[in-house]
Amino acid sequence: MIRAIAERVRQGKRTISFPKGTPVVPDRLRGLPVIDQARCTPGCSRCVDVCPTGAIGLVGQKVSVDIGKCLFCLDCVAACPGGAIGFSQDFRLASGSREALVYSGGEFRPACALEERTRRILGRSLKLREISAGGCNACEADVNVLGTTVFDLGRFGIQFVASPRHADGILVTGPVTANMRFAVMDTYHAAPPPRIVIAVGACAISGGPYIDHKEVSNGVDALLPVDLYIPGCPPHPLTILDGLLRLLGRL
Amino acid sequence: MMSDTKPARMKNAGVLALKDLTLLNIREFEDSVTGSLSAGGRLCALFGMPYRLGNSIMPSADVITLVAAIGHGREGVIEVAATEVKDSYPALTRHLPQANCFEREIAEQWGVRPAGHPWFKPLRFHRCYRPGRDAWTRPLDGEILPCVTDFFRVEGDEIHEVAVGPVHAGIIEPGHFRFQCHGERVFHLEIALGYQHRGVERAVTKGPDKRTLHYMETLAGDTTVGHATAYCQVIEALSGMDVPARAEDIRAVALELERCANHTGDLGALAADVGFLPTSSYCGALRGDFLNMTALICGNRFGRGLARPGGVSFDMDGSRGDDLVERLERTFRGVKGAAELLWETPSVMARFEDTGRLSKRMCRELGVVGMAARASGVEMDVRSEFPFGAYRISRPPVRTWFSGDVYARARVRWMEIEASYEFIRQRIRGLSKGPVMTDAPLEPSPDSMVVSLVEGWRGEICHVAITDQDGRFARYKVVDPSFHNWMGLQMALRDQQISDFPLCNKSFNLSYCGHDL
Repeated sequence: MIRAIAERVRQGKRTISFPKGTPVVPDRLRGLPVIDQARCTPGCSRCVDVCPTGAIGLVGQKVSVDIGKCLFCLDCVAACPGGAIGFSQDFRLASGSREALVYSGGEFRPACALEERTRRILGRSLKLREISAGGCNACEADVNVLGTTVFDLGRFGIQFVASPRHADGILVTGPVTANMRFAVMDTYHAAPPPRIVIAVGACAISGGPYIDHKEVSNGVDALLPVDLYIPGCPPHPLTILDGLLRLLGRL
Repeated sequence: MMSDTKPARMKNAGVLALKDLTLLNIREFEDSVTGSLSAGGRLCALFGMPYRLGNSIMPSADVITLVAAIGHGREGVIEVAATEVKDSYPALTRHLPQANCFEREIAEQWGVRPAGHPWFKPLRFHRCYRPGRDAWTRPLDGEILPCVTDFFRVEGDEIHEVAVGPVHAGIIEPGHFRFQCHGERVFHLEIALGYQHRGVERAVTKGPDKRTLHYMETLAGDTTVGHATAYCQVIEALSGMDVPARAEDIRAVALELERCANHTGDLGALAADVGFLPTSSYCGALRGDFLNMTALICGNRFGRGLARPGGVSFDMDGSRGDDLVERLERTFRGVKGAAELLWETPSVMARFEDTGRLSKRMCRELGVVGMAARASGVEMDVRSEFPFGAYRISRPPVRTWFSGDVYARARVRWMEIEASYEFIRQRIRGLSKGPVMTDAPLEPSPDSMVVSLVEGWRGEICHVAITDQDGRFARYKVVDPSFHNWMGLQMALRDQQISDFPLCNKSFNLSYCGHDL
């Protein structure tokens, strides 16, 4: 017992100060893309050619990155001769609208809060049922990590629950495989309305690397209306937390 | 047909010209595989492809070529043999339980029936890749629903069945579990998977292309570095590339960080499953520290973007190595304290010991790999038996435990964290100088075969590539360690309390998507 208490003291306090303080992120973190349209070489489309998921759009000489498809893999950065594309360390990527994820530089419109009526029903808590539907266990792991002492999701009144009956909504990871389609729909309908749908990761938003496979549905919005998109492959835990807090109007 | 009935022999990540791949008749093939396994070999892969062998391989509509890769750990040699089958052949599983899932996969993918297979059920629940065929004679126009199949049933007074999944209580991947119970006692557990099937192997055929590496990095997200390394070794072998030593060091560091992260997370999860919250909460945070060390190297907590054919994308520049070692030492002290609490707490040990026991003999018969096998006293580790990359120069010692229970699987995890910790520190201190990426061209050689083995944190990862005359993948086979080990978990649960299932499950912590592909 004394040993356990001593160990408790030695392990120390781990909870980060986010959202009050600014969190420390790895210097090589790939967050919101940086697009310098002026550096784009006319007639060049190498970024479009190398992108594994077709995330890059090129209309005339205007480059856009669909961060709902982007794997943040650097293939485009390596291919671009003019250095028009890069990544910042800005982890705030979540959005309530699919269109807003198509980013071509400038200010990014992050997610906004749910409508007042829904927020009033939820009160100060949000209970979510997580469904992995073809997720590779990376998104799942970084959703799970929010429950650790580092992020301490409970302090925001957010909790992942075992039953959809106890949930205010579902959080889906993975491209929604054909073999999980029924289970996703059943779980969704088992949650009482108004129910929220959150798509976490490139797969759940667009199919990710599995776009257009006949075995998947190209993401959850092919089946259900989505309230919050959290991009990344996988999203950094701070990206997910930031998105959830914005949805609740806490940021 | 060639008269030589000896299987071809190759090294890990070595190249074999397809003309040297011995084609046996089905009888010789069965004898050869049986003989190799009884001589101490292990089935690393067994798969089919719709091609016929020759000087150049030719697509074939009615013949499926079966290829077996058998690892001989003591000699560090991989034997490969091939045979041709049509609609049916005598199942190897009748004598060799290791072949169970492989033969069901062959049946599901190519519509070839392994006659006499004792556990003949679909594996992933998808349509056959050869149109118009179905090994189970299901209607060809109907939909294939996941886990609609026969389940093993125990009958009798007071026997009851418990069905769980695909959606589980926690944040985990989907699978369907059926328990045949007598009161609290489990007579048998059957696990049916396939919910995560994304069609990876089908999509990788005709590659490599711009998506291939990203499939590899997401095959099993918690094993990103392991699978990406296995794939890079395939491409490098096929292209005859020499990978810079510094890149191999960085890959090995990332692979060991992946091992530490997952083992630490599992120690915490095991603690949580017996209600011991201190270790559970410490390990949750400490696991993240390991992931952040990987992010220090490459910006991504799971190592995405790091390994690329020809080397790695990120160098350990400036003080990055010192920073990493400092963090590693601090985190290691934390894990040591958290793990020691487990062994010192009688209520934890009472639940760990003698729960979910898997015998050494059973491990060998089923072909269980990696940490789970080592916890049953099987001394096997790709890093020592088939050394690759930086492990050719130095490697962590193989850690085993004798008891095969949940305690053994926890204990081996901790011993492996210790070993990896020492290894990472050594590797970073002695980090080779030079570039981290070769500029040799990426040109996979035609009509060739490569078997690439990597010791991922769960165990042996096996990738096999066979190229056509244009150097494209005629077949790319992925075997995640989970593919071997799911049967081990089912056997470990026999005669256990049903309430011990979460604990047993976590002690294996297998990948669903790695199995379902």
